Amino acid sequence: MKARMIAYRHQDSPIHRLGGAAKLAFFAIWSVTAMMTYDTRALGFMLAIAVAAFAVSKVKFADYGFVLYLILFFFLLNHIAIFLFSPLEGVKIYGTRHDLLHLAGRYWVTEEQLFYQFNIALKYMTVIPMALLFILTTHPGEFASSLNRIGISYRIAYSVSIALRYIPDIQRDFQNISHSAQARGIDISRKEKLLKRLKNVVGILMPLILTSVQRIETVSAAMELRGFGRGRGRTWYNARPFRTGDYAAVALVVAIAAVTAWLTFRDGSRFYNPFR
Amino acid sequence: MAFSKRNPIETVVAIGIGSALFTILGRFGSIPTWIPDTNVETTYALLALFAVLYGPLAGVLIGFIGHTLKDLTYGTPWFSWIIASAAVGLIIGLASGKVRAVIDDGDFSFKTIIRFNLYQIAANAVAWFVIAPSLDILIYAEPANKVYTQGLVAGASNMVTVAILGTLLLAAYGRTRVKKGSLTREA
Repeated sequence: MKARMIAYRHQDSPIHRLGGAAKLAFFAIWSVTAMMTYDTRALGFMLAIAVAAFAVSKVKFADYGFVLYLILFFFLLNHIAIFLFSPLEGVKIYGTRHDLLHLAGRYWVTEEQLFYQFNIALKYMTVIPMALLFILTTHPGEFASSLNRIGISYRIAYSVSIALRYIPDIQRDFQNISHSAQARGIDISRKEKLLKRLKNVVGILMPLILTSVQRIETVSAAMELRGFGRGRGRTWYNARPFRTGDYAAVALVVAIAAVTAWLTFRDGSRFYNPFR
Repeated sequence: MAFSKRNPIETVVAIGIGSALFTILGRFGSIPTWIPDTNVETTYALLALFAVLYGPLAGVLIGFIGHTLKDLTYGTPWFSWIIASAAVGLIIGLASGKVRAVIDDGDFSFKTIIRFNLYQIAANAVAWFVIAPSLDILIYAEPANKVYTQGLVAGASNMVTVAILGTLLLAAYGRTRVKKGSLTREA
């Protein structure tokens, strides 16, 4: 229950000093680029930049280390699943076959499969550092104004801001409710039978959701009294003007996206094929 | 009270708090089953309930924002499934106008349960059997048989979860509403 979440911590580094809007735009374009390409050279280049950005940011391992194990675990599970379901996916994609080792039945280890799974790994490894960096270095209060800045309606930006504001409150409510339920013998751990456990979960969810519905009514009444939604736009306490560094960061990610797109689609295939 | 007259500010707040609930229940509210790697995700019961109560816009945004925030607390946003969550909220929200009206009037019947469940099964089928695996293939180029198997398991488990927990939540919420016409004028 005491699972930690990665969160912003105040530090001073070039990455921390970048504006939230620039970082959000950077992360969004970066993710789309990494999703689009399967070109090993482009992914490798992006990974190098991600690692460099991580080094520059001076974030401490203790702040994110605990999620790495979790990520690594799912990562391995996913790779095993890919191999179990489709050991010759790489052969299908790259169109050649170089066998290395025969395991059993249809399970052959091929160079193509290893290269394909290596590319999947690269694809994740380019996005994970940037996602971590974005969360670790962006003040949550600045997040909403950044969303508004990059063109999203301020009402939706405000929703995100409310979500971030209430996550700790709701987590505390959830813990209080489930502790008091457990004190009354309502168990939702593995020790209870599945159906009984489901029934017990309702006993925890119900008060949590009903108090949340009440909270929605209270908060929206308060916002209405203060005239929320009256104007076409709004100003933000945490808004920061674009500075030189912000323009440089956005220009860099646009350049990376353009080069990656060119490199990826030049030969008409998303995949970089070293086997031909 | 028809939904279209619902306060738009309430929708904004519902999206925010709904996303926060989605994140917390996604992190702490999954119950492991006897099938390995398959959890009962209680958070989808919440998504279904909020999509019914606050409409399609709230449904799609709670799915999208909630799932993104949940994934970001782990460090890896998995975009294909985020979009699938948004689709679940959208479809249930779009279809459930009638369910919403009935519940707001405090008039909850067996017919409403059937209706709600038909919508949620359709929404989960579209999201997990079609959208999530197709995007997995499109974005991540993962093997088709793997992602369709994952989609089938996730979709089926979410259908059952929403059928049991979602219906119970909806019924419990319905009981907190005052039934229309329940007051009579004294002579």
